[in-house]
Amino acid sequence: MSRENVLKVENITMQFGGVIAVDNMNLEVNKGEIVSLIGPNGAGKTTAFNVITGVYAPTNGAVYYKGTKIIQNHPQGKMKKLYHGENPMTYTGQRALAPTPDKITKLGIARTFQNIRLFKSQTVFENILIAKHLRRTSNVFTATFRLNAKEEAQMRAECEELLKIVDLTDVRDELATSLPYGKQRHLEIARALATKPELLLLDEPAAGMNPQETLELTEFIGRIRDEFGLTIFMIEHHMDLVMEISDRIYVLDFGKPIAEGTPEEVRSNPRVIEAYLGGAQDE
Amino acid sequence: MSKKTKMIWNVGLIAALLGLLFLLEQVMLPSSMLFIVLKKGAIYALVAVSMNLLNGFTGLFSLGQAGFMLLGAYTYAILTIPVESRASVYQYFDGGIVQFAIPVPLALIAGGIVAAIFAYLIGLPVLRLKSDYLAIATLGFAEIIRAVFQWDKLGPLTNGSNLLRSFPTFQSVLFPFIVAGICIAVIVLLINSTYGRAFKAIRDDEVAAEAMGINLAHHKRLAFVISSFFAGISGGLLAMYQTTIQAATFESAMTYEILLIVVIGGIGSVTGSCLSAFLFIACSEWWLRFLDNENLFIGSFHVPLLRPGFRKVVFSVIIMAIVLFYRKGIMGDKEFSVGAIANFFKKRFGKKKTAGGGASNE
Repeated sequence: MSRENVLKVENITMQFGGVIAVDNMNLEVNKGEIVSLIGPNGAGKTTAFNVITGVYAPTNGAVYYKGTKIIQNHPQGKMKKLYHGENPMTYTGQRALAPTPDKITKLGIARTFQNIRLFKSQTVFENILIAKHLRRTSNVFTATFRLNAKEEAQMRAECEELLKIVDLTDVRDELATSLPYGKQRHLEIARALATKPELLLLDEPAAGMNPQETLELTEFIGRIRDEFGLTIFMIEHHMDLVMEISDRIYVLDFGKPIAEGTPEEVRSNPRVIEAYLGGAQDE
Repeated sequence: MSKKTKMIWNVGLIAALLGLLFLLEQVMLPSSMLFIVLKKGAIYALVAVSMNLLNGFTGLFSLGQAGFMLLGAYTYAILTIPVESRASVYQYFDGGIVQFAIPVPLALIAGGIVAAIFAYLIGLPVLRLKSDYLAIATLGFAEIIRAVFQWDKLGPLTNGSNLLRSFPTFQSVLFPFIVAGICIAVIVLLINSTYGRAFKAIRDDEVAAEAMGINLAHHKRLAFVISSFFAGISGGLLAMYQTTIQAATFESAMTYEILLIVVIGGIGSVTGSCLSAFLFIACSEWWLRFLDNENLFIGSFHVPLLRPGFRKVVFSVIIMAIVLFYRKGIMGDKEFSVGAIANFFKKRFGKKKTAGGGASNE
């Protein structure tokens, strides 16, 4: 099956001081897939996300988005001596690419956060509207003097549409932080969708949710994937959710990828069971 | 209330206010305390709103406002002193090096632009800092500017530590009101535009804002430059109000006064800043004056403690009380608007007003 490659992570190593948080990680996410990244606490999952979204520049390695190299680095400066990872020479001599998170988002990769990060003083609608700022064509003068009224109206219309899809229309004018937890998660996903991404990174979307909410979320993620033609890459701890909706799963342990495959393959992989999935088999 | 009726109300109120000011000017003596307060209040309202744009809406704690006002004031003064009076103003520097004068509106805008250019250059290194560190760096900048403008070597341009005077000033209270009003209106438009939303997003959560595709460096610089531009204009107005300027008067205490106005008015409220600017100026210049009078008698009772400067003690106590009891300032982050008043009445007297609804107070 040769589907289009949306995200490709190549030999990514992230070392903080003497700690290697992510060690020589390779993974691929294809178009239309839902891929999960799992692993015990402290395995380096969120670090991997932060590297992909430009929060950290990796110590070594490269990331490709739709075939184009977007991030690349090799051990430099102090890290030259300190580096313990593999492939230290592969990218040496090539230009380092370290775009800031907003540039990555502009390319079409949106993300949510493990601990919800909504704009606290803004309403639900405004939260989504802010994400539309990214695709503006107006500059500060045309925006101030309302010469972009057409674009503004379109932004608002798109946000209303999005609110309908994620079922938040009834709480449109409420403060984002006054929503119940599950709804805040939905809002955060909706906000990410408003940037018109092709690849959506979800960092533990079901964290802190009860089984009922998790069930709703599972259905929700599947629905938005189909509706927006998305590719989804997520970190998750709820095994019910992961096993149900993932097309493929990567397992990370102590920064090293230890297994990959379909949910069935991963479920029966002895290394994974050893690492931590043992409990999950009973479910 | 529909958008149109709100608009009509707003325009009507502004026209009524200007009309009232015009009438007052015809009736009362121009040296009346009221006009002094109104003039200075309008100028401080503008600079407070510009500071609020930065501190309240973008979440950048900057204390450089006095420095940018100084730049605006000096640019205005240097560019507008009539050529024939330059020789007497720059008496120690052979009439200075600028030998032309430009019209007042252009000079005010030039003052804003000079402040904005400096803000851009200062912003390049300084905006990498956060919170308190940014405040210290910008405060330092303002102090440096103040010192540099008193430097003798720059005398041909800035007249060293001597006064600049003889530049055009305003007589009518309408002038600062109209200029400040236009500037504040532009700031409000900006805050309610897509850029303003981006600023507020940065204030609320930088990490999330960046993840939503908002270029932090660019937007912070933008807010800083725009805020400084309007601080520069208000500096020009202040020069007109004072009729003479001297770099030594733009000290950090001035920035603190402005910060106080912003805090008392409510961080994140434009109308709060305007209201508190007038209240602040009125209190410090006018209403508390009687406390400075040593020989104040109520009936035959000689009020004790009063002496010159005592009003400042009372004023400080009032400010402490406000900060203690109104944590978020007079207005919090709410706005004072026709829509908000209509909503207030609708809530109070439910049935009386039926045409309301949908009026957000921003």
